[in-house]
Parts: sequence; C-alpha cells; structure tokens
Amino acid sequence: MRGNHVVAEAAVRAGCRFYFGYPITPQNEVPEYMSERLSKVEGGVFIQAESEVASIHMVIGASMAGGRVMTSSSGPGISLKQEGISFLSALELPAVIVNMSRGGPGLGNIAPSQSDYFQATRGGGHGDYRNIVLAPNSCQELANLTYEAFNLADKYRTPVIILGDGMLGQMMEPVELPPEVQIKKLPHKDWTLTGAKGRPSRFIRSLILDPFEEEEHNWKLMRKYERIIKDETRWETSFMDDAKLVVVAFGIAARIAKGAIKRMREEGQKVGLIRPISLWPFPQKAIKELTKKVKHFFVFEMNMGQMLEDVKLALEGNGEVHFYGRPGGIILTPLEISRVISSYYYQKRLG
Amino acid sequence: MRRVFSRPKSLKKTPFHYCPGCGHSILHRIIGEVIDEMNLQEKIIGIPPAGCAVLAYFYFDIDMGEASHGRAAALATGMKRAQPDKVVFTYQGDGDIAAIGTAETIHAAARGENFTTIFVNNGVYGMTGGQMAPTTILGQSTTTSPGGRKERRDGFPINLSEMLAVAKGSAYIERTAVNSPANILKTKKAIAKAFRVQLEGHGFSLVEVLSPCPTNWKMDTLEACKWIDEVMTLHFPLGVLKDITGAKKDGH
Amino acid sequence: MVIKTIFSGFGGQGVIMMGYLLATAGMYEEKHVTCLPSYGAEVRGGTANCTVVISSEEIASPVASEPEYAVLMNNPSLFRFQNQVQSGGTIFLNSSMIESRPIRGDLEIYEIPANDLAKQLPNNKVSNIIMLGAFIKKTEVVSLDTMTHALRETFGHKNPTIFKSNKTALLLGYDYLK
Repeated sequence: MRGNHVVAEAAVRAGCRFYFGYPITPQNEVPEYMSERLSKVEGGVFIQAESEVASIHMVIGASMAGGRVMTSSSGPGISLKQEGISFLSALELPAVIVNMSRGGPGLGNIAPSQSDYFQATRGGGHGDYRNIVLAPNSCQELANLTYEAFNLADKYRTPVIILGDGMLGQMMEPVELPPEVQIKKLPHKDWTLTGAKGRPSRFIRSLILDPFEEEEHNWKLMRKYERIIKDETRWETSFMDDAKLVVVAFGIAARIAKGAIKRMREEGQKVGLIRPISLWPFPQKAIKELTKKVKHFFVFEMNMGQMLEDVKLALEGNGEVHFYGRPGGIILTPLEISRVISSYYYQKRLG
Repeated sequence: MRRVFSRPKSLKKTPFHYCPGCGHSILHRIIGEVIDEMNLQEKIIGIPPAGCAVLAYFYFDIDMGEASHGRAAALATGMKRAQPDKVVFTYQGDGDIAAIGTAETIHAAARGENFTTIFVNNGVYGMTGGQMAPTTILGQSTTTSPGGRKERRDGFPINLSEMLAVAKGSAYIERTAVNSPANILKTKKAIAKAFRVQLEGHGFSLVEVLSPCPTNWKMDTLEACKWIDEVMTLHFPLGVLKDITGAKKDGH
Repeated sequence: MVIKTIFSGFGGQGVIMMGYLLATAGMYEEKHVTCLPSYGAEVRGGTANCTVVISSEEIASPVASEPEYAVLMNNPSLFRFQNQVQSGGTIFLNSSMIESRPIRGDLEIYEIPANDLAKQLPNNKVSNIIMLGAFIKKTEVVSLDTMTHALRETFGHKNPTIFKSNKTALLLGYDYLK
C-alpha cells in the first residue's frame, strides 16, 4: 500500500471518523482515500475545507464533540494550521495531524525533506506548548504509529503529529494493518460538548485573563508534558554492541543510514545507529546513556541541522558531534552516505 | 405572589461585564429566553468568538466551546457534522465574521452547513478599543479611521449578510437590531426562527443584529440607539434577506 | 540480494502499474519490496517513472541511483535513464516507440515492439504488460505464476475480461523473448 493510503486506513481502523483537509502535494492521497473510505463508514465525515486554517478549526469542533479526528498536510499547509494546533494544545483537545513534509522554506518543492523538525517539535504555533511528534520510517511503522497516535492523543488530550515526508507518503510497501477498533469500546471522555443533558453545562476555552490562572494552566500542561516525557519516549538502536561511532538519524534518513551502516559493517567499520521514533519527547536519556561507551556521534538529517540541536543538548558536552545534512529534497543513497560517514570514521582514527 | 420576570434558566447567575448600553447584554438575554422557550438547553452548543463576547460561557448555562478569532464557522462545521442531532450556534462580532473569518463564513454558508450564526454588528472592534471594523460605515470615526472612514483610504464597508444571502447553501438570513423594544422583539423572533430552520435541517441560518456600542461610538445610550435608526440602517437595512422555508408566518 | 528496477514512460503508458504489479508479485514471493512512483508536478506532461526494489532483506532506500534493470517505454525515458543503469545491467526497451539505442556498450539490451505486439490483441492497451512479461522472462525476479497471480488479484475483482486480456499480454511478452 502507498504510505498516504496507509495513514488513512490506519486512522479509520483506529476509530477516526472525522477528516478535514485541503489539497497539497505530496499528501493528496490522504484526503482522496478518506473521502471514499469515510463515506462508507457509519458516522464518517469528510470535508475538503476552503483552507488549511478552516480545516484545523473543523478538527477542533469535531474534537470538542468527542470524535477521533485527523487532518493532514505538508509544509506550507502545516504552517497555516499552526494557529489551530496552538489552540488544540491550549484547549487540551486530542487530534492527529499528519505532515508529509516537503522541501522548504516558502513553497520550496514537493521532494521529501525533514525541514519541519523545529516546527513540529518546538510547538510551532504561539505559546508555551509541545506536541507529541512521531517519525515513522516505513509504511508498516506509518500504520502502527498512526494507530497509536489516536490513543496517545486521547490519553493525554493533546495533538499528536505524524512527521513523515514526501517519499514515505508516496512509496508503496506491504503492510499488515492493525485491527479495527470498536468506537463504543473506546474510553469515555468526560469533557466533551454534547449538550448539557442530565449534567451541568461545560465550556472549553483558552482565554484565561487572570495571569495566575493562566500560569497554573501552563504548569498543568507542563506536568502533562513531563508525564509524556517519562512514559512515551521511543527510540530504536541497531548495531550498537561494539560501536565506536553512532549515527543519529530519524525517519527515512535513518532508514537510508541503516543501509549505509550495513555496508560499513561489511567492511569492518564499527558504526551503530540510534533512531529517535518520538522526536518530542526526544530520547535524550538514551543518547546520553550511549556516551558511557561511545564518544563520537554523527548526525544525519535531510535539512541543515535541526535535530542536531537536540542531540547536542542530550549529550551535554559529552562526546563529539559531527553533522551532515542535505536540505532541499535531496535523497542520498546508502552508498553515498556511507562514504561520508566512512571518511569521518577514518578521519577520527576509529578504525 | 406571582413572578412575572426572572432570569432565563439557560443563563447563569453571573452579572454581565458589558458596558452600559451595550447590545450584548440584551442579546444574551433574548438568546437565553429563546433557548428556554424552545427547550434547547440540553441539546444546544454555543461557539463564542474572540471579542467582547468571548466570556459568553460565563453567562450561558449551556455547553460552549471557544473559537479562535474568525474560525467559529469552521469549528461549528466540525461540531455540527460530528453530532447532527444537536443545535449549534456561533456568536460572532463584525470583525470576527466579516474580516478575519470571511472565508470560513462564506464557505460554511455555501456548503449549507446546518448551524446558526448570530452576527453582532456594531461597526467597531470593541474589545481591542474601538478600531475600524469591516462594517464601519463611511464617515464613521474610529481609532484607526481618524476623521471618519474614507473610501479612498479605508475602502468601503462590507455587507456580509447580503453576500451570504447569495450563497446557494444559506437558508435564512435576517438583519435586525436591538435598539428599541420593538426591534428587540423582532430579533428574538428571528433567532427563534433561525434555530427552527436548523432543527428542520434547511441549512445555514444567520441573524445579523445591529447593536449599539456607546463606549466606542462615544455617544450616550439613547444617542447610540437613535444613531442605529437614523444612520446605520441606511447602510444596513433591516429585514429578511433570504428565507427558503417559504412564506410561513412566524408562529413564535 | 537486492534488485532495483526503474520503469519509465509517458503518463498513461501504464508505467506505475508495471511497478505496482512487480512489487505485488515480489510481495507474494515473501520478499521485501518497495515501490516509489514519481509524483506531483514532475509527472504532468513529462515522463512518469516508478522505482521498484525487491530484496531478500530489509530495504534501506526505495530510491535506486544505480538500478540493475530499466524498462523504458519512450525516447525521453531512454535519454534520462540509460546512463543511470549500473554497468552490466539490462535495458528493456519498447522498440515500437524508441528509435534511438543506448550508446553504452556495457549493457544488455532487449528490444520488444510492445505496441506492435499489442495490436495483435483485441485489447491493445496492454503494451506495458507485454513489456512486463518479457522483463520477468529474462530477469526471473519473480516467477510467471506469481505475476499471473498478481494480475488476477489486481484486475480480477474488477472485471474478469480485463484480467484475461492482461494475462494474454503477459504471456505474449513472456514468449516473445527466447
């Protein structure tokens, strides 16, 4: 299945019944699939909105009503959605937002890129908030993480971002799809706006004029973020046993790096890989932990060095960091990146 | 003793914070009355705007979900589509609906989204301190149209309700005012009608209410009410702009 | 084992379908597969292409800088991809549409007049499947049986006659190269 179709199907299986979007390449297959699929499920709603701004606010409406809801876009469209994402965070509403990112800034191009890392992991909109950000590297993981994103969003009442890229959205791979959830069996939400029948009326708001109250609201969000950091940090390591150099990469770049490392291992170079799966919360501890054995880190990203900052923060000065990045939608082959890593490996006299 | 006047039960026991002579207080009360009379308290959801009426959820004893500036129509679309059996209304000012939220509003109307909008038109941005609004009429002074709005410099005001009446998906559009007892009664009827249009599933309904803002207009209350009759209604004439439900007499 | 193949031609020549079918067949043979079609503005009016990787182990990148095989349906595709195929690789070209020939001497070339062959059939919009038949005959990336199964799964549920005409085309291409 094509990556964009995988996201859509996994979402529906996770109980997503509301999708609001706006066309932008390279994610158009998501709304296309959803328009067809949601017309065939009970209670399914699909709207192609007049703008990304409108679509994210439709998401807010359906989320207030208690539904599992999703929107998707790419780079420029995600910028437009930031207003609503800030509101989702402030209003503590669950939602899943998919970014099949492309080359930027500006219109950039439609080639795969990882240039939206800062936007996704720093919050992106105004105010002091974070989003859970998941970065899959295959169609299978796209299915699993999209499915999981809905659970995380509901559990923490927070928006969850799936940060893919154009290649992941377009490529086809065999996928084992997760089972369909029964919506009636999902945990009850005791905060939704459904009409004040048999209960006191509720309101959901983000305007808190009293600074002390607003401060408390911020602390409340912070406590939630701390729980997320504790329980939801995800990463994967490979070839770590005897590694002298560790490559840090996420998403499709990590997959390409892994191919490169396999080649290098065949030539006897002791290189390992750590792949953050949740970009926020970032696996800081896991990376710090590696410095007990390894001193050299090689960050590879399809941008000009964004996750690099998180790696440096995680290392807290322990270990030497080298960065190699290709922005603009360039896709390196495993062979090409293996040459770059290899030359650094020998330069540092690691082998 | 017989009680002849009391607070509608869909309003909370909270005193309004609105300025003396402001139309919001009157409008809140009549919306509350309509909700009570139509027995909607348990199935209605309100979407308050950014603007003076942002705190509406402190006054209405119904479910309410706050929208970002201008996005109420989009939020209401998601809300109503998710639960079509409920009654959903947005409460928006002129800056909210006719400037920053024009696209959301026009497209919701074009799609025929089945919710109701109460559009409060007082011709200024009230909460931010009286700046020029998209509905500020020519010649009207505001903090950002000193010396009066001039078409060359500031452009013409927008007649949003007329534009929405053109949209194929809108079902009922009426412009009223809350500057006199008679007009207040008409406004109440219009709101009840709009809710009924929604309950019957006809599509988008909107009541535009010309509302006094004595504070920012720098007038006293009576002058402000008179100014609506004598000046504002010339630019924004009162009456039904669209009604696809037929000529059924309002039985309210 | 990693086999990378590029399919390329005009939009409408069924290039993406060839890639999809090969990837599907690879999947039925329980191999790792990826299929990456070109997309967006790139495919409007120009050449469409599709890269398929089939491997016995996890695939690092769905992009192939040096594919083993290229299946080319038109002249622009030949110019674009002839220099990318790795040394010793193979090009399958649709000789009904492509007049030029690669200038490199280190490639194996198979010429299949796919459009002319298709004219012999009642449904002549199957030149892509003819190419695919010739391709699997020479490369043995997947078996004829598996490819037939992939055809059935892809077309059979829509319309049995479409499956039948595609199967005929597949065999025609398969038998064309000795």
